[in-house]
Amino acid sequence: MDILTQQLINGLVLGSIYALVALGYTMVYGILELINFAHGEVTMFGAMICLAVIGALAGSGTGLNGGTIVLLGLLAAIAVCMAMGFLIERIAYRPLRRAPRLAALITAIGMSIVLQNLAMLIWGRQYITFPPLLPLVRYELAGAVITNLQIFIMMLSCLLMIGLLMLVHKTRLGRAMRATAQAQDIAGLMGINTNTIISVTFVIGAALAAVAGVMVSAYYGLAHYYMGFMLGLKAFTAAVLGGIGNIAGAMLGGLLLGVIESLGAGYIGDLTGGFLGSNYQDVFAFFVLILVLIVRPSGLLGERVAERA
Amino acid sequence: MTSLSQRWQQWRHDRRAVWLVYIALAMLLAALPFLTGAALGRGWVRILDFTLLYVMLALGLNIVVGYAGLLDLGYIAFYAVGAYMYALLASPHFDLHLPFWALLPLGAGLAGIFGILLGAPTLRLRGDYLAIVTLGFGEIIRIFLNNLNAPVNITNGPQGVNLIDPVAFGGFSLSQPHEFFGVRFPGLYAYYYLFLALALLMIFVSLRLQNSRIGRAWVAIREDEVAAEAMGINTRNIKLLAFAMGATFAGISGGLFAGFQGFISPESFNLFESIIILCMIVLGGMGNIPGVILGAVLLTVFPEALRYLGELQHYLFGRILVDPSDLRMLIFGLALILIMIFRPAGLLPSVRRRREFGSDASVLAQEQASLYDTQR
Repeated sequence: MDILTQQLINGLVLGSIYALVALGYTMVYGILELINFAHGEVTMFGAMICLAVIGALAGSGTGLNGGTIVLLGLLAAIAVCMAMGFLIERIAYRPLRRAPRLAALITAIGMSIVLQNLAMLIWGRQYITFPPLLPLVRYELAGAVITNLQIFIMMLSCLLMIGLLMLVHKTRLGRAMRATAQAQDIAGLMGINTNTIISVTFVIGAALAAVAGVMVSAYYGLAHYYMGFMLGLKAFTAAVLGGIGNIAGAMLGGLLLGVIESLGAGYIGDLTGGFLGSNYQDVFAFFVLILVLIVRPSGLLGERVAERA
Repeated sequence: MTSLSQRWQQWRHDRRAVWLVYIALAMLLAALPFLTGAALGRGWVRILDFTLLYVMLALGLNIVVGYAGLLDLGYIAFYAVGAYMYALLASPHFDLHLPFWALLPLGAGLAGIFGILLGAPTLRLRGDYLAIVTLGFGEIIRIFLNNLNAPVNITNGPQGVNLIDPVAFGGFSLSQPHEFFGVRFPGLYAYYYLFLALALLMIFVSLRLQNSRIGRAWVAIREDEVAAEAMGINTRNIKLLAFAMGATFAGISGGLFAGFQGFISPESFNLFESIIILCMIVLGGMGNIPGVILGAVLLTVFPEALRYLGELQHYLFGRILVDPSDLRMLIFGLALILIMIFRPAGLLPSVRRRREFGSDASVLAQEQASLYDTQR
């Protein structure tokens, strides 16, 4: 089996999930200049709700086939997460729109803690497994193995990203979003209801996060109330890597981070003569991030450096 | 109301009254462990000790974030450096047992060097980019501590370092009870006085720095880096100094933590700890020493006080509905959100920030916005 191709495939799958989550961070940052720390938790809720629905439907003997059940779970997760995104913005961020940015950062952290512990109260501390509802098919590709699930994840992410780009660049709503990101007050003067636009941004980001959460739990077969934290961190890293506030940058950053991580984990043992093992995978991601930011402080595709601290 | 506030102002400027307040405060602080121990039990004296450790950490981070405006999300890494320095040089792990007076400066110095190592490559970064790089740095340190047990065992990996020597001056170990003037001092109490002394020293240093040439340079950089540079401030050195000073404070508290606890593992130094320390200073009031102390005390004591939720539920409903340990972080998060919504500048904001939040804040914001536009 060809290790390079295999790690590339794994990296691209992981990266497309990172990219979906990173989009939520970057869209919110582009408009509000706020790190939405609770975004990772929304992803976790997406996974948990999907698993709860699947668990309820698969056990009750409704006679639905596996694919339909997973689809229903996914739709339920998207719906709940969209509502969550809306409520998070309303409760924790809107009252602080004109406050110093660190204050909003603290409410974001508070929101993240609340959601994490809420999930722990509802679903407990144990790992929840994804039931084997979908038949796993393995294909041979250039000496590596790729599963139908991996293909599905990559294709769905691609579709969603293309859809988002179309939405932002081709529709009226997208134009309003870009205007709000550029100058909120001026956009308001032009007749755009900026509050609605900000809410819509949060809702879209949350929907993408829900899809990503379901993908992660299906891919690894597990979900846990703590999973959102590291995933959110990686996704935010990806967003910064690509240039935060830039939608195409988030996609590029996510894919790149996924590939770097898998290649790093696959080769670090050989490169260092066995001194460092694959448990340094996370170091690798952060190390690359720091290097990129030192060479190019605004990220790969970012245009402007944030002036205000 | 006005006469009362006037009388308060008069009273504040009365020298003797101020001294009386200081003496009362000093007596309260001196008696605090005994009062707490008698009223709430030994466990709370331990919490008191931890509170002082967090006060020191918050004071250090306040220099970086509050004074110099450099958002640091990996601050706990310096705490870890100080703690591991102490642990490795004073434990059976390497069979080294250096004395306390050598360990503390070593830990502080190493942490300071790490502060400069982090600061140097990030000088060009601002705002959130700096935040994410410092966050990455903190995680890197933690992951290395977690994994440096193979092929050469340096940190003992996830198991951490055990049986660390307690803080001792000559033959006087702080972990054993001692008797003075017929009063028995358990180890926890002795640590309290040591931590209190060091925390007071750090408060003194912070206060003196605040109005010094360096302190004003930090504030200038925080408000506008380009203007500060134009005024002849060597922004590179002054920023590195902020990182190094903050890291030194953390290194000292880390060493104390290792000696006090007797056991450390990488788990004590995760990102959540960095975030909580940041919450302390933002919640209390950035850049204002009393605010920072208040924030540190509140955020250490409040989660502990929430452990009584079980008894409260027992009292209200007659039985325990939800496990209190599950509930307390939920309430903690809610409290963070609520305090920030109602006091966005913190509980005790500094004079400068209070002015910024005055009635003319919106005018000021508009002025700044239009200035920003003309620049572009």
